Amino acid sequence: MSLTAKDKAFVKAFWGKISGQADAIGQEALGRMLIVYPQTKIYFSGWTDFSLDSPQVKKHGKTVMSAITDAVGKMDDLIGGMSSLSDLHATKFRIDPVNFKILSHNILVTLAVHFPTDFTAEVHVAVDKFLAAVSAALADKYR
Amino acid sequence: MVQWTAGERAAIQGVFAKLDYESVGLESLTRCLVVYPWTQRYFGGFGNLYNAEAIMANPKIAAHGTVVLKGLEKALKNMDNIKNTFTALSELHSEKLQVDPGNFQLLADCLTVVLARRMTTDFTPDIQAAWQKFLSVVISALRRQYY
Repeated sequence: MSLTAKDKAFVKAFWGKISGQADAIGQEALGRMLIVYPQTKIYFSGWTDFSLDSPQVKKHGKTVMSAITDAVGKMDDLIGGMSSLSDLHATKFRIDPVNFKILSHNILVTLAVHFPTDFTAEVHVAVDKFLAAVSAALADKYR
Repeated sequence: MVQWTAGERAAIQGVFAKLDYESVGLESLTRCLVVYPWTQRYFGGFGNLYNAEAIMANPKIAAHGTVVLKGLEKALKNMDNIKNTFTALSELHSEKLQVDPGNFQLLADCLTVVLARRMTTDFTPDIQAAWQKFLSVVISALRRQYY
């Protein structure tokens, strides 16, 4: 399900609107994931605080969302552009790719909460496709 | 049997209390048909599904959205026995409608996104967790009669 020119345009336009709040969105999406899908906590065994405003959630949410924002600029070659991140996730973190979908869902929910008017059905499908493409690129080096 | 905490029951009842079945049903179904267009295979006789605008204006989709939400209300009213409450509905979806049960999760996810839009910051992570647990139980009940 590849990204069409229309998808890329919608994603870029929407990201322009949200970029000022990207860090907070990353924090909240990660925080929601850890609460709604508690099994995802296994990947953060060293953390002491899984609440929404935990400094660990805040820092990691920012890291993840920055990488996704970077990916907006790499939509013409996500697999190439995310190759080193994919190596990292494949060899070091070994996060089961099913969790990429779970985090993506929580990003969508967070976007819907904070941008209810802008998050139209057309934006929803474009962003969902984009996050799916990012997830596929992230899993590309797994095997 | 599914165990519900008092907090979960309150959260789910709270969501339903503010729910406009017609509006939320229509938007959820529209988003499902737009975001996951292959789901349109089940709506061949519904008329114009050309784009989001057309789907939102389609009276048959609106009517069906309400049907779906009324079904969820049935689960709400029988929260301790959703499995048996949905036996007939499960058979209907399996044998007559022949809906791929994977699609239940797609509609559920769209419903969650619509609630997030409507409730904004009131849709806290704890409420989201209770709501999604409720939907998982409904989906599991709907899948049960498939063979």
